[in-house]
Amino acid sequence: MDFELREIQRLDGHTDRVWCVAWKPDTGINGVPAVLASCSGDKTVRIWEHNSIGSFQCQAVLEEIHTRTVRSCAWSPSGKYLATASFDATTAIWENVGVDFECVSTLEGHDNEVKSVSWNASLGTLLATSGRDKSVWIWEVLPGNEFDCVSVLQGHTQDVKMVQWNPSMDTLFSCSYDNTIKVWVEDDDSDDWHCIQTLCESNNGHTSTVWSLAFDASGDKMVSCSDDLTVKIWTDVGRVQGSHNNAPWKHVCTLSGYHDRTIFSVHWSREGIIASGAADDAICLFVENNDNEVDGPSFKLLLKKEKAHEIDVNSVQWNSGDKRLLASASDDGTVKIWELVRLSE
Amino acid sequence: MIDVILDLKVVIHFVRDIRDPEHPYSLEQLSVLSEESITVDEKLGRILITFTPTIQHCSMATVIGLCLREKLKNCFPPHFKVDIKVAPGSHADEESVNKQLNDKERVAAAMENPNLRQLVDECLYSSEL
Repeated sequence: MDFELREIQRLDGHTDRVWCVAWKPDTGINGVPAVLASCSGDKTVRIWEHNSIGSFQCQAVLEEIHTRTVRSCAWSPSGKYLATASFDATTAIWENVGVDFECVSTLEGHDNEVKSVSWNASLGTLLATSGRDKSVWIWEVLPGNEFDCVSVLQGHTQDVKMVQWNPSMDTLFSCSYDNTIKVWVEDDDSDDWHCIQTLCESNNGHTSTVWSLAFDASGDKMVSCSDDLTVKIWTDVGRVQGSHNNAPWKHVCTLSGYHDRTIFSVHWSREGIIASGAADDAICLFVENNDNEVDGPSFKLLLKKEKAHEIDVNSVQWNSGDKRLLASASDDGTVKIWELVRLSE
Repeated sequence: MIDVILDLKVVIHFVRDIRDPEHPYSLEQLSVLSEESITVDEKLGRILITFTPTIQHCSMATVIGLCLREKLKNCFPPHFKVDIKVAPGSHADEESVNKQLNDKERVAAAMENPNLRQLVDECLYSSEL
């Protein structure tokens, strides 16, 4: 079966590199127009909406809050809030009412650059942030747009590039310049959090900076990507085997030889397609390979889109709606919308 | 976009006059850089610069790297890929310096720091050697 990653539209507007894209949840489905947020070195966030004539248009520019690069952005599960993490050491919370976005809270605490922000999937009751100061912060979302820091997690020895909650349980994952991925859970008898597992070189982990990670729809599998030019797949054997386990996450396989410069972003679609974006200007798509059940799960390249952007691809994210839409962000200052289409035989 | 011819001579032309952050001399005068420090892959559009800090514990090695990166960014179209390293054995923290210089997020954050920005600009634009 042949597939093609077809460019639908290029979104111009940012005046510096675009670091991150995030689809608003439950858009692009059931007649709700797709909505995308993008953030940039130009200190702004742009909101793009798929309009009635079928093209994406910039609906809002969120500016004058962050004073430095906006490194990442994430929607709350309900889509009511957008959180933005900035090199200015703050995380801003924007409330979306109609087409308006109002900054309703600014979270301070990190010593310097905040690099990532993530809402927990269940109810959006917890927010995690990570930064250059090597720490991960967990915030409780309280009524009245209050955010209370419940824990500051120290464990990484270098800056923490990304935090991401597992989609099916309140387990937090962080990846770092120290080459590791850490798994964090809440203590049984207190509000505090601790690291239950570190995925590093000695357990088939990465050998350089881990830039990004993502989960499949069930939360049982994780994908990570690195400056070591590989993509790695992990599985939660603790949950699959139904037992408590001190080291629940196990390496499944390593995909190498597909990108020849730093891989910055990975994302897993609801139907199981992994997208990766890298400094070689390319986007790759991978799918599980069912031809070889004997040796356990393996993954194969579905396609590689060379020159997806003029320069580095910093972020890729699948829309979870009706169409196989993928958004990508680049150092070339643009966002692109792609559709994965099956070519007729 | 104007077609820039990518070759060794062009690259060395752009970087040779960068001033050292600590001394009133250019990187070339201090032998931090020479033509031998530069490798160019014209076909792939890749530039590798391997510079030699003046001393093993040079605290300015990352600043020199930032200067090189910034200068090349200003002189070449963005699709040229640039890698910057210290020469093997030339710095006590070789691995850590190399990793920092090639992490574009750390580079971007550094260039937003006003003090570092000023230091880099002084090295790039002060021609009164």
